[in-house]
Amino acid sequence: MSERNSQPSSPDKEPASEDQAARSALGNTERAEPANTPGEPEPHPTLGRLFLENLWAANTFTVTLLSLVLAMLVGAVLMIISDPDVLATYSYITARPSDAINASWTLVSEAYANLFKGSIFDPAATNADAALSPISETLTYTAPLVFTGLSVALAFRGGLFNIGAQGQATMGVILAALAGFLLPLPPGLHLLVAVLAGALGGAIWGFIPGILKARTGAHEVINTIMLNYIAVYFLTWLIVQNGVQDPNRTDAISRAVDSSAQLPRIFGEPLRAHTGIVLAVLATWAVAWLLNRSTLGFELRAVGANPDAARTAGMSVTRTYVLIMVFAGALAGLGGSQMVLGTTAAALTPLVVAQIGFDGILVALLGRVKPWGVALAALLFGALQAGGNRMQSYSGISLELVTVLQALIVIFIAAPALVKAIFQLRAARAARLQTSLAKGW
Amino acid sequence: MEPGEIHALLGENGAGKSTLMNVLYGLYQPDEGEILVDGEPLKLRGPSDAIAAGIGMVHQHFMLVPVFTVTENIMLGAEQVRGGIAGFLDRRRARREVAEVSERYNLRVDPDAVIEDLPVGVQQRVEIVKALTRDVDLLILDEPTAVLTPQETEELLAVMRSLKAAGKSIVFITHKLGEVKAIADRITVIRRGKTVGTASPEASRDELAALMVGRTVRLTVDKAPATPGEPVLEIAGLVVDDDRQVRAVDGVDLTVRAGEVLGVAGVQGNGQTELIEAIMGLRPVLAGTVTLDGQRIDGWSTKKVLRAGVGYVPEDRSVDGLVKEFSVAENLVLDMYDRPPFGRGLSLRPDEIGRSAAERIEQFDVRTSSADAPVGTLSGGNQQKVIVARELSRPLKLFIAAQPTRGVDVGSIEFIHSRVIHERDIGTAVLVVSSELDEVIGLADRVAVMYRGRIIGVVGPDTPREEIGLLMAGITPDATGGSPDDGTVPTATTDPDVAATADADVSSDAGTQAITDRDVTATTDGVAPAPEGSEDKKA
Repeated sequence: MSERNSQPSSPDKEPASEDQAARSALGNTERAEPANTPGEPEPHPTLGRLFLENLWAANTFTVTLLSLVLAMLVGAVLMIISDPDVLATYSYITARPSDAINASWTLVSEAYANLFKGSIFDPAATNADAALSPISETLTYTAPLVFTGLSVALAFRGGLFNIGAQGQATMGVILAALAGFLLPLPPGLHLLVAVLAGALGGAIWGFIPGILKARTGAHEVINTIMLNYIAVYFLTWLIVQNGVQDPNRTDAISRAVDSSAQLPRIFGEPLRAHTGIVLAVLATWAVAWLLNRSTLGFELRAVGANPDAARTAGMSVTRTYVLIMVFAGALAGLGGSQMVLGTTAAALTPLVVAQIGFDGILVALLGRVKPWGVALAALLFGALQAGGNRMQSYSGISLELVTVLQALIVIFIAAPALVKAIFQLRAARAARLQTSLAKGW
Repeated sequence: MEPGEIHALLGENGAGKSTLMNVLYGLYQPDEGEILVDGEPLKLRGPSDAIAAGIGMVHQHFMLVPVFTVTENIMLGAEQVRGGIAGFLDRRRARREVAEVSERYNLRVDPDAVIEDLPVGVQQRVEIVKALTRDVDLLILDEPTAVLTPQETEELLAVMRSLKAAGKSIVFITHKLGEVKAIADRITVIRRGKTVGTASPEASRDELAALMVGRTVRLTVDKAPATPGEPVLEIAGLVVDDDRQVRAVDGVDLTVRAGEVLGVAGVQGNGQTELIEAIMGLRPVLAGTVTLDGQRIDGWSTKKVLRAGVGYVPEDRSVDGLVKEFSVAENLVLDMYDRPPFGRGLSLRPDEIGRSAAERIEQFDVRTSSADAPVGTLSGGNQQKVIVARELSRPLKLFIAAQPTRGVDVGSIEFIHSRVIHERDIGTAVLVVSSELDEVIGLADRVAVMYRGRIIGVVGPDTPREEIGLLMAGITPDATGGSPDDGTVPTATTDPDVAATADADVSSDAGTQAITDRDVTATTDGVAPAPEGSEDKKA
């Protein structure tokens, strides 16, 4: 009875194991599913049929995929509405429906084809550079998102909402850039120091809300949001200071990072993909190991799932909170550092970190707060970003549509019941009663 | 169900009693089958349908707003309004109604009292009044006695009798056999979601227990006389505050010896929780000392206390004892994950954890589909066994079990009790805190009764239940050498009726069993405050 009454009502008591985290992260999609399957005495279902049934059942993969499809459908509608020429054909749709349909199809299919060509592969590519270019672009956008996504996911597994990845990334980019152009160090060492400086900047910015939460109970959501502002305006102020600002410029741009502190390119010039993506994969592996195979991760997950039980079992909840935020901050800081150490930019500008911190929240959500899930989600977002650039220049669809697509995907994933209802998935009845992470936020 | 009948629904935890009743109350939808009321099939889409059909429910956990008055709570969801569209609350009418219902069934509820000031027993009556004002014919009481003192339970049974006399039907859900026998007209036993039999109240306790569990069970705890050794845990002048900074433990002295079970009896909320948490380092000790094997442990971290050889079964397993989303195996190492062989340096060793889990699942008879199943999917009894297994699988000097069998089925109770006694027999000092008097009496070699943050008596386990019950209500026989203000305690009780009726009994019972003060030791070392000093804060 007490079990029934203690449904996870607060977000502080959510994920623990990988599966659990996945379910609670995005509306328990398949909780009652296993209950149905073992009892069914269906005689000899073919393997293929079983596979199809399971595929169509409401599992996380299917829901994610269908969310993508739905988001693209809505995106298509938006494209049609926002294009005056195509819209004009709808005024005489009763007379000549083929005009409207053809125009719409051309517009939408070209746009999405460009999205694909810009992010994965362009069949018209004639040389190796052109063939690799889309992938290179995708990886360039992916790398920092992996870090900020991991930052948010790690904190979430520890029961904390790190809305401050943006600020932590900003502090990371500041320290990394300063180390990059102020320290006269030999190549190799210079890069290492700059990267570590980025991690340190983020870690400090994570430590502050962590220690405030641990010592005073101040809520980390409020504090990380406030620290985001502080970091952004600190960056704006810092850029125009003597010794930081580019002496040859009057606008807000800092000196450029020395080439000795730049992450080497993977495919060589002119392709932009840099070794940041390698670091991202390593970081994903490290976070996965930390969470699942280390004593610290055990503590972190226990504190995240049930701080009271963790405390009773002798763990120091406050120490864990601080550590979580320091680690999360360091990850976000590493992500930020890539914005100047990689190929995206070489100097600080007020908007140098773009939205990677906030996108990190979406990436963590989409990746269902599992490390490898986050990496894949970051890859998807990176691809959308890279493809969006081409879609803008070739099809004239504004880049903002990509942001809308990203938002739609996350919305559909956060509301799995909606996706399941639309596609008539074999939904688990109990799943309807479950709360989703989206509500917790 | 017949009109004017008390039908007891008996079953182990997880047997499906509450689920069935939630279906009846419209909270859950039945998969198949139907509910017949007066021969008509009833379709319930929600509690409001159930209320309309004359079904009321008193939940195990009260559904009351603590800062509202009794009347306001009862109005809630069925507000009477006047003034047409303006919709003013008609408090006066609601208040009159409450007073009337309370009067009619002799429930003695003050309509203007604020809920949080009322003792649980009265809160429960408020719930009953709430159901009755909705004109119900069938009242479902879900484990109503779980939080009550023996005296309050008696009163509840009296209330149930008067409801029955007024023609109301009652479904009484419980797993306490004594109460069922005392009041039920008909007993239905449920096991694993199926009715396994109906019995009349004349059936013996053992028969009923056997029906519930599906096999014969021993209801009494078999144990040899204790052979107490050296004191292991010594507490002197302990003062602890609760979460609201109100004094909860007010100068407690206790000694637990090796090889004995000291039971702490008391109605919930008299400082037992805070006492234990202070020992465990989960709550700051404001004054006094806690000594384990001659070593001061107050001020230590919980981890250090656990490492020093203290095993701890917390009172609320789902909040403090287990991480529900974690697997059984992970929960079995929740306080040992970083010690060899389970962890080495920073890395966990899942194979060791799995191996030890398999062993202990076997050894402690934990019924689970696998060691990797989330512990939240286990029944209450098996969850509790996981905690007991975790705490008892390392060498202990002191074993503290708070409410070790709350919400646990009969079969598991039997098993847990035998492990507790086994631990005593191998020379561990055992401290059991329970609001279940039978449990304390069954397990303990000495019983300390806690009331309002103090130990008001330490008695032998063969002391009559009534006497311990009175102690639990704060009434010390005058003959004993309690502190001078003990005599005034009854007037301070929040429920004067309990005190009044109890007082009459005292005169006949008092002194027949001398309260043995021998272990309320005077090992104060100067830190202990004058107990009188803080008394004012309570009043």
